[in-house]
Amino acid sequence: MTGVPPKSNKSRSLLQRYAAAPHIVWSVLFIIVPLIFVAYYAFTDVSTGEFTFANIATFFTKDYLLIFGKSVKLAVIATVICLLLGYPIAYFMTTCKPKTQRILMILIMLPMWMNFLIRTYALMTLLQDTGIINTFLNSMGIDTIHIIGTEGAVVIGMVYDYLPYMILPIYSVMSKMDKSYVEAASDLGCNGFGVLRKVIFPLSLSGVISGITMVFVPSISTFYISQKLGGVDTLLIGDVIEQHYTAANYNMTASLSFVLMMILIVGLAIVNHYTDSDEGGGMLI
Amino acid sequence: MLNFYSKEFLCGMEKKLIELKNICKSFDGERVLSNVDLYIHDHEFITLLGPSGCGKTTTLRIIGGFETPDEGDLYFEGERINDVPSHRRNVNTVFQRYALFPHLNVYDNIAFGLRIKKVKEAEISERVSEMLALVNLKGFEKRNVSLLSGGQQQRVAIARALINQPEVLLLDEPLAALDLKLRKDMQVELKNIQTKTGITFIYVTHDQEEALSMSDTVVVMADGKIQQIGTPIDIYNEPVNAFVADFIGESNILDGVMIKDFCVKFASHTFDCLDKGFLPNEPVDVVVRPEDVDVVPVEKGMLSGLVTSVTFKGVHYEIIVDIDGFKWMIQSTDYVAPNSIIGVYIEPDAIHIMKKSEYSNMFGDYSTFSDEMEHLSDVTEDEEE
Repeated sequence: MTGVPPKSNKSRSLLQRYAAAPHIVWSVLFIIVPLIFVAYYAFTDVSTGEFTFANIATFFTKDYLLIFGKSVKLAVIATVICLLLGYPIAYFMTTCKPKTQRILMILIMLPMWMNFLIRTYALMTLLQDTGIINTFLNSMGIDTIHIIGTEGAVVIGMVYDYLPYMILPIYSVMSKMDKSYVEAASDLGCNGFGVLRKVIFPLSLSGVISGITMVFVPSISTFYISQKLGGVDTLLIGDVIEQHYTAANYNMTASLSFVLMMILIVGLAIVNHYTDSDEGGGMLI
Repeated sequence: MLNFYSKEFLCGMEKKLIELKNICKSFDGERVLSNVDLYIHDHEFITLLGPSGCGKTTTLRIIGGFETPDEGDLYFEGERINDVPSHRRNVNTVFQRYALFPHLNVYDNIAFGLRIKKVKEAEISERVSEMLALVNLKGFEKRNVSLLSGGQQQRVAIARALINQPEVLLLDEPLAALDLKLRKDMQVELKNIQTKTGITFIYVTHDQEEALSMSDTVVVMADGKIQQIGTPIDIYNEPVNAFVADFIGESNILDGVMIKDFCVKFASHTFDCLDKGFLPNEPVDVVVRPEDVDVVPVEKGMLSGLVTSVTFKGVHYEIIVDIDGFKWMIQSTDYVAPNSIIGVYIEPDAIHIMKKSEYSNMFGDYSTFSDEMEHLSDVTEDEEE
């Protein structure tokens, strides 16, 4: 087996070489080109079409910053709840028999097979003042709890819709973890909680990061959940972007989207930089 | 901390440290251990030896607290510890594939156990250095464990276990993943560490040569049962049954009949031997080690046969001789030509007589023997259970 190593480029077949072509064409047409448009509109004036920072600067005015702050707050709360719910169930699943694990996996995936809009509507009928939950509470003699239209309802919607995206990457990293690490930690004196804190959690961190990303990003940019489940005071940055869009104010739509995207990219890059990625797993960026 | 050659160490060999009484264990209805009884003495280097699936690793895992026996009792210094979880047992384990924590460097891996016990960082630092010196890894503190070689990972695993000053160190095929040269070096090093620290080592391996060269006591296991417990010399020279004789070293195992005390008949010839205590004309298994057979001219031989193959092995030649249809293996430093007729001579002390057992007649002669097969069966020896 000595001699010249094979030149990978030349030995690649036609199929291998062009296998990525359809996706590249797709990406250019529907991702790259639109993003160039977004950038173009973000930096041009509505009426004159000249280059300007004015649209971008609008994002950093008080009203917009307050809305953005609220979006961050709700997205963070939803992400934290997803983590608190998702991590234990992911851990629990890895301790089950393989057959049970597959069944649990299907149960967790099941809601995702249903359209996201329909799920949100379903949640509305559950949470309304005259909805199923309150009807049930009333019949038990408990007063109506006003949920719909509050920040709480929006957070519930986010958690409900995005929880599987937290569970799946954590479960995938954990289930691949060598069980002998757990035994080694126990052998060295860790009790059950110690094993979780000192070994399982650090080793599943890449799944956690990826889960956080997959919940936080759609949560902070959602507009549908807040429109259907929220009220007047739960206007989120996604709603504002949508409003500008329906008003045909494309420059503002583009600039807000652009800034939001930049903030997310920088934020995620920082998070990824501080977490060792050599364990692999479910990293997104 | 390492009180070598203390009074306790010198007189402690007799103390029973661990006791397994009638231990049984099944996985999914399949018996992996039946009625295992075993004492382990303080400061002993004891090896559980057997082919894969014999239950040796399960025995080790029961002692470590990673499996609970279905039946039977496990005692540690006289106290029953069946229900004591592994983190509260004063034993530490070197795992087969080391199980070093990939998110921690060498120093933090070794310090892991002490940090759990909330030992002060200054003392930890001192003891980690001491351990790194013991396993010859000075200067490796900050290294990433996943970038270390197999031998280095092995040493970190040993240091990580020993720093807790356990009374017993469990080693599960710790050298299986290393190449031959490194394995030999580590055998010597492990034995040195054991002698230096005086800690009881319970060592699991399927490599009989490793077991013989390192252990004070060898426990030979097969089919979930202990076949024989003894010193390496006893096990080799006085195997109790055909399984042990076959598993430990090379051996010619023949059907024989014990005519009377000190007199046995096999291969159609009556031999003097040193064994007694069998019934008159009791059928027995006879073991003759290949190195104990002398090659002589045909007229001087007790038996004679045709040489079917000769292989040069460095120290000796491995000769397969067909004597009345049974192929013997003989190891000799003198060359004989293939297809020649030779005589063989067997001294009385070269003959070992064993009672018939369930393993009788399971091991044939050397007619199907080839080096290649031997090699293959070594490689496919996978992690068991």
